[in-house]
Amino acid sequence: MTGDIHLTTPLSEEDARNLRIGDFVYLDGQIHTGRALVYQHTLESANDPPIDIANSCNVQMHGAPAGVEDEPGQFRVSSIQATASFRYWRYVGDYIERFGVRAIIGKGGMDQSLYEDVFAKYGAVFLTTVGYGIAAKYGRGVIGVEAVYWKEQLGLPEAMWVLNVKDFGPFIVDGDCTGASLAAQGVAAVNKNFREAYATLPQHILKRMGEVDDSLAEEVITDKKVR
Amino acid sequence: MISADVLENAVYEAHRLAATILPSDVRLAFERMHRRETEPLPQRVMAEILDNVEIAETDQRPICADVGVPRLYVVVGDKCKLADGFVQFERAARQATARITKDLAMRSNRCHPLTRENPGHNVGVFAPNIEYRFEPDADWLEITAVHKGGAFGSDFRMLVDGDGVDGIRKGLIDAVAEFGRRGLTCPPVTIGIGLGGTKDQAFAIAKQAAQLRPVGDRHPDPVVAELEDELHEMVDGLGLGAMGYPGSGGYATDVHMEIAYTHSALTPLGIHQLCQAARRAVIRVSQDGTMEPRDVPAWFSEYSRREGVQ
Repeated sequence: MTGDIHLTTPLSEEDARNLRIGDFVYLDGQIHTGRALVYQHTLESANDPPIDIANSCNVQMHGAPAGVEDEPGQFRVSSIQATASFRYWRYVGDYIERFGVRAIIGKGGMDQSLYEDVFAKYGAVFLTTVGYGIAAKYGRGVIGVEAVYWKEQLGLPEAMWVLNVKDFGPFIVDGDCTGASLAAQGVAAVNKNFREAYATLPQHILKRMGEVDDSLAEEVITDKKVR
Repeated sequence: MISADVLENAVYEAHRLAATILPSDVRLAFERMHRRETEPLPQRVMAEILDNVEIAETDQRPICADVGVPRLYVVVGDKCKLADGFVQFERAARQATARITKDLAMRSNRCHPLTRENPGHNVGVFAPNIEYRFEPDADWLEITAVHKGGAFGSDFRMLVDGDGVDGIRKGLIDAVAEFGRRGLTCPPVTIGIGLGGTKDQAFAIAKQAAQLRPVGDRHPDPVVAELEDELHEMVDGLGLGAMGYPGSGGYATDVHMEIAYTHSALTPLGIHQLCQAARRAVIRVSQDGTMEPRDVPAWFSEYSRREGVQ
């Protein structure tokens, strides 16, 4: 681990390529949110984002803020963090390529093959939220809501929120432009402990009917290994 | 006699405390795990988790942006009298849930499961869930609010005769392997195991064991208590720390098991892993309308776990 790194959006390709897994990152500037409905709305239904993402808020967060609309057009965010990212594997590659995204803020990382094939190619990183829920601390880093797009079509939580942020973080680099994956390293390191624990159990327990026989299979997937 | 107005305020306050203040037993457990951790990465994560707890309380922000599906557990004293009846209590509870959603800028998660229509206030069909239990020789009503997400970490399986304790061990290792290694459970978690009863009961008491018992609590049945200790040691022995990163600080604050008498040939097993944002808050309302925040819910009591035909 190196010291904490502060970056300002829009991130440059160099910003992204200089980061390494395990780095702690804080952001200033603008980010935007998006979950499944934003991906479907932009990529499948072919609606162009109403803003120039690449040159403004080229960091996408897989999350919906705890936020309300106090008066029409007046939004307030209290807390925010990310949701599990692996389920967006189908969309992330196209989205990064089309809209010039340099960082995805998410949870749990994504399959390492995506880092190797997509993030490394286009110059983007995967930033994981810390603790998967230091949402009040991240909420402090949101200093204003710039805009909320597609609220009527997608609903308030699923809408595309563009947020002004300052000292927004820390996030941990989980996937970098070399294709390395912090989470995959961790999984590999602890798997021997799980093997030892399973080895203490009798065969009739390990081979019960209706259960998978490879409990150590990873839960993150891409089309390379759809179950 | 307790009025519906008082109960509306009590539910509101229980939600507010649950959303913004981590229970003290969980916080102390996190401080111990932070001190015990020797790996720099999960140690930094524990420090950030504790910092977040401070900020949530100071700023009155939700500890976690995913307020989950806010729900209520209610213990009613056998001698408790409600001035306006229980239907009015439930109406008050729904109004309080909608009001806190707006006031704390909580995310409105609750939506129609098919149309995904979202009314925007966390209230709807069967929402919030309200579960009841009765307690003898008491005249108070106690409300526990729990906020929890819930995508990852739960598991159910039907153990058969002959599986025994090894079946429980296997189920728990599987659940941690599947959801814990990448931290999808948001560790450190508090694990609840429900053993026996009917299928739905095993799942329900597992969740209650995770949510409604404080860290360090042991089941009064010594056979169950011993297994709680053994399973906690087994889980922490898997070498996961905060966020599931390799570490020495521990994966779980505790393992709580609840049992219910079950079918002689079968043993349903429910497993829940409660995330680090272990949000629960308790408000007890007396007959004179005073509200008292409490650390530990009265949900599990000698009466609720009674044996015999009485």
